[in-house]
Amino acid sequence: MAEPTFLDSTEMVLNMGPQHPSTHGVLRVILKLDGERVRGTDCVIGYLHRGLEKIGENRTYAMYVPYVDRADYVAAVSNGLGFCLAAEKLLGVEAPPRAQAIRVILAELTRISSHLLWLGTHCLDIGATTPLFYTFREREFIMDIFEKYCGARLTTHAFRIGGLQYETYDEFLDECRSFCEWLPPKLEEYDRLLTGNRILIGRMREVGILNAEDCKAYGVTGPMLRAAGVKWDLRRAQPYSGYENYDFEIPTGERGDTYDRYLVRMEEMRQAARIVRQAADSMPDGPIMAKVPKVIKPPAGEVYVSVEAPKGELGYFVVSDGSTQPYRVRIRPPSFVNLQALDRMARGALVADLVAIIGTIDIVLGEVDR
Amino acid sequence: MADQPKPEGKAPTAPVPPAAPKAPPPPPQAPATPWESGLTRALKERFGDQILEFTAQHGQEFLVAKPEAVIPILGYLKSEAAFDYLVDVTAVDYPKRAERFDLVYVLYSFARNQRIRLKTRIPEGYQPPTATDVHLTADWLEREVFDMFGIEFSGHPNMRRILMPEEWEGYPLRKDYSILRQDEAWVRQNLGIESAQ
Repeated sequence: MAEPTFLDSTEMVLNMGPQHPSTHGVLRVILKLDGERVRGTDCVIGYLHRGLEKIGENRTYAMYVPYVDRADYVAAVSNGLGFCLAAEKLLGVEAPPRAQAIRVILAELTRISSHLLWLGTHCLDIGATTPLFYTFREREFIMDIFEKYCGARLTTHAFRIGGLQYETYDEFLDECRSFCEWLPPKLEEYDRLLTGNRILIGRMREVGILNAEDCKAYGVTGPMLRAAGVKWDLRRAQPYSGYENYDFEIPTGERGDTYDRYLVRMEEMRQAARIVRQAADSMPDGPIMAKVPKVIKPPAGEVYVSVEAPKGELGYFVVSDGSTQPYRVRIRPPSFVNLQALDRMARGALVADLVAIIGTIDIVLGEVDR
Repeated sequence: MADQPKPEGKAPTAPVPPAAPKAPPPPPQAPATPWESGLTRALKERFGDQILEFTAQHGQEFLVAKPEAVIPILGYLKSEAAFDYLVDVTAVDYPKRAERFDLVYVLYSFARNQRIRLKTRIPEGYQPPTATDVHLTADWLEREVFDMFGIEFSGHPNMRRILMPEEWEGYPLRKDYSILRQDEAWVRQNLGIESAQ
């Protein structure tokens, strides 16, 4: 080994988090640094672990539905949708067409709201303060719709096993349509503000690259996989809730870097608004609840059901032993699996880039830790 | 699964007249059919009696294999059948069974757009080999299985707890771990409170 010179720096181990504004919650990353360069990372998670899977074994199926909302609490509707679909598959029932269309509307509004929150906080992480206020203004529109529909804004408990509890309120479809009219010009505004912004491009281009091969090896799904050029979306690959009836594009990127992920998520919001408009225009009449017994006792068996949540593939593996409570509920969270690829993306990056990389994964610690 | 009673029989039953105690009827079972396709034939040819059954239930296909065959099958499925995405690794605890745990691998193939599950039954104390050599994503997923069930994967590069504190006693998702149980010594020492309940 060569003589150390004054130019060599020693490796330093540094703690980032669990209380750190850019880790989006209680994520602790132990960094091995050489000056400003990241040589390795180790994620310490579990600070928000509430034993959601254990709770599931001790509640009835219907009682457990509101719990899953607390996993990814900024996209609660998607969580509820996944679990309700899993329980329905165990029972062998299907929600009626009208319930499915309302579910699609709420799930796509959730996708927009989750992406808006991501956009605001991600820009904040890399130094742009203003977008956060804009995105929260738009998000408020969606929160209002949720609040009017089911009384809650975040942890909505919007769905029931077998369909919906609530019929829509009178102006529901009009408000959804007017939101879809209102959103695209706002997104264009973001485009003018951010997409061509030199500083933003400088902070995101070629940062945190994860190519398609690595994505598959790490099980990374959602916008991160699509940004790497893989045109894969569960809504298209294995449609559920009537997604096969709607016309939408799956945006993809080329390089799999932070900037491509930004573009993919921006386009996903537009496509989600398209789906909402189609669902609102073709809303069928009819019942909103399938024939489900008062006491839900699925026959013994097991299912794995997954949905395309805003962050990626959200799966539920539910084992029934024929009693009123699930024998086992496994939540397969997209954030947890996607976070695993952080080390691969962060090695060799600067500490400032690490902040951008954590932001671009779009993690929610409630879902990582469950 | 019908013969797996809950470890804590807490299903409240109406008071039964003592004269005529009746055994409760077994819970209904979702119908399962054998799963046959080109893939299962190829697997049968390659692995023979290492694979115990091919089943489809609720329209979802899974195979049950002997524990030592799991990693070769995962490798075969990845290289020969394009099952290149390991979705999930998890476990289910059946404390009354001799082979206590079900270890479940959920696989997906982008090329085939097909999802299958690979299951194996392992006794307590058995150390299944790690799948990290085949699928990188197994790293954290197996750590979580270890954390929650105490199943130690041999050859895993970093077999530590992931969600629970490192010094925690017990494995929370085992059926004999009550939902009210906690590591009181840990709570007293680290949180400075008598109980977290």
